[in-house]
Amino acid sequence: MAEYSYSYKIPVGPVHPGLKEPIHLSFEIEGEEVVNLDIKTGWVHRGIEYLGLQRNPIQVIYLAERICGICSVCHAFCFARAVESAAGIEVPLRAEYIRTIIAELERIHSHILWAGVAAHLMGFDSLFYYTWRVREEVMDVLEYLTGNRVNYGILAIGGVRRDITTDGAAKIRENLESYLGLFNRLVEAFVEDPSVRARTRDIGVLTREEAIETCAVGPTARASGVATDVRQDQPYCAYADLEVKAITPEAITGETRGDVFDKAVVRLFEIAQSIEIIEKCLEGLPEGKISAEDKLPRLLNQLKKASGEGISSIEAPRGEDYHYVRLEEGEANVTAWKVRAPTYANIPSWFPMMKGAQIADIPLIVASIDPCISCTDRVTVVDRKKGTTTVLTEEDLRRLCVEKTRRMLR
Amino acid sequence: MGKGLNSFERAVWVYHLNTGSCNACDIEIVSLLTPRYDVERFGIKLVPSPRHADVLLVTGPVVKGMDERARRIYEQVPAPKAVIVVGTCGTDHGVFYSSYNTAGPVDQVIPVDVYVPGCPPRPEAIIEGVVKLWAKLESQRRGVQETAEQDAAGKEGVAL
Repeated sequence: MAEYSYSYKIPVGPVHPGLKEPIHLSFEIEGEEVVNLDIKTGWVHRGIEYLGLQRNPIQVIYLAERICGICSVCHAFCFARAVESAAGIEVPLRAEYIRTIIAELERIHSHILWAGVAAHLMGFDSLFYYTWRVREEVMDVLEYLTGNRVNYGILAIGGVRRDITTDGAAKIRENLESYLGLFNRLVEAFVEDPSVRARTRDIGVLTREEAIETCAVGPTARASGVATDVRQDQPYCAYADLEVKAITPEAITGETRGDVFDKAVVRLFEIAQSIEIIEKCLEGLPEGKISAEDKLPRLLNQLKKASGEGISSIEAPRGEDYHYVRLEEGEANVTAWKVRAPTYANIPSWFPMMKGAQIADIPLIVASIDPCISCTDRVTVVDRKKGTTTVLTEEDLRRLCVEKTRRMLR
Repeated sequence: MGKGLNSFERAVWVYHLNTGSCNACDIEIVSLLTPRYDVERFGIKLVPSPRHADVLLVTGPVVKGMDERARRIYEQVPAPKAVIVVGTCGTDHGVFYSSYNTAGPVDQVIPVDVYVPGCPPRPEAIIEGVVKLWAKLESQRRGVQETAEQDAAGKEGVAL
């Protein structure tokens, strides 16, 4: 007798109002329950790594910023650090501190943005508008410091392009104070509100074992109780002086469940952590130059003469961002560039989170890792043979991940 | 206000299509809806389906694979319709000019009415672009109405 299957498939995307960016998700559903999930990416693939090989490192900075518009400074930051390590450029301490301040301001804006999107997906639109109104304040400070609201263009190889003046420092302090005042209201809205709690508690659970198994990074891993943070494990820039501790929900609410609620808690308390880090950076901001080499033609010649490989990893708002760069003597362009964005590492965690979830929870779970598809698609390999694309399964993703690691090690 | 914009006859409903953008323009568009800029007070509203929209707002350089989707979505928008491109990469590819995986800037895939360059453009610039487009849309709509009236008159003439 033929066996009947009661499951059916729901395709979501690549263009779908529930998704902010193009990605194709195919859900296998039984009743209201998600049994399996398939992901197809590549709708935002712009071939940035290939473009980077046709340009010199100074030009690639601007390309790296445009990998993602939300976490734009971290890709430029990570790339610059990789080039500096390949070419042996020493960055002045003041520049390191300024970089840290900008990166933390960006973390504040990114986490508030996520909180707003999560509130919107829950149907709590007044909270969405509130968080985005609050977010404009940090955007103003970033604009004052860098000249741009998004894609700041402040990173340079060997330092930063603009200094933080006393006026700028005062503006940042004013902003931080206002955020400290608002922080309690955000905590009240997200952590203490019964409707938010009911909507996010025990939804999209990622256990500690699953988080380790799927190689999750950043707030996604920390919410499952894995105390990993590049700023704590391999401190770089000003973080070495600051002793950053990874935030886990256990320290805040007393228990770790790895659900959407815990992810929100981790992100919210990271805002407070960032405020603290920026305050310390402003206090200890050393005097001195902001760039190892001001004259771009001279810097370009120095990079042309350099030969070597550089690896750098930084803690982006979504997790560990990783860049590999190779420079060759006599070659103006970058000869190899590899990026592993945090969302790429976090996507496999969707599989355990989705299994057993209800259809209505799908957008919230998708959003819970704060996915940045434009970051991911720059690295995902999609076979395009005669116009057909292969769907990436969990196995494929893992295989690609392993292959990529091997390629990088070569 | 742009020339040809007589009144706020009707709200303008916008459908946002991301064809491979880096999120920068997209978050600036969401900023437009939130309290600082709040374009909903002018009747500009983001809708979840192209079938409800008057305006198609496109971001991104149109990566391969999304060109087909862009065309299909453009066809689903009911006439009179208009297309606005936000961001430099949708206008002329910007930093992605030599990429192997783009199907041309937006205007090579679907007809475009207004370009808003900038990487990303400021929210004020996007509002300016939408107002220009609105004027165009209203004159188009009047044109459609006039033709419809003329057609109706013509038919009556035949009937008489």
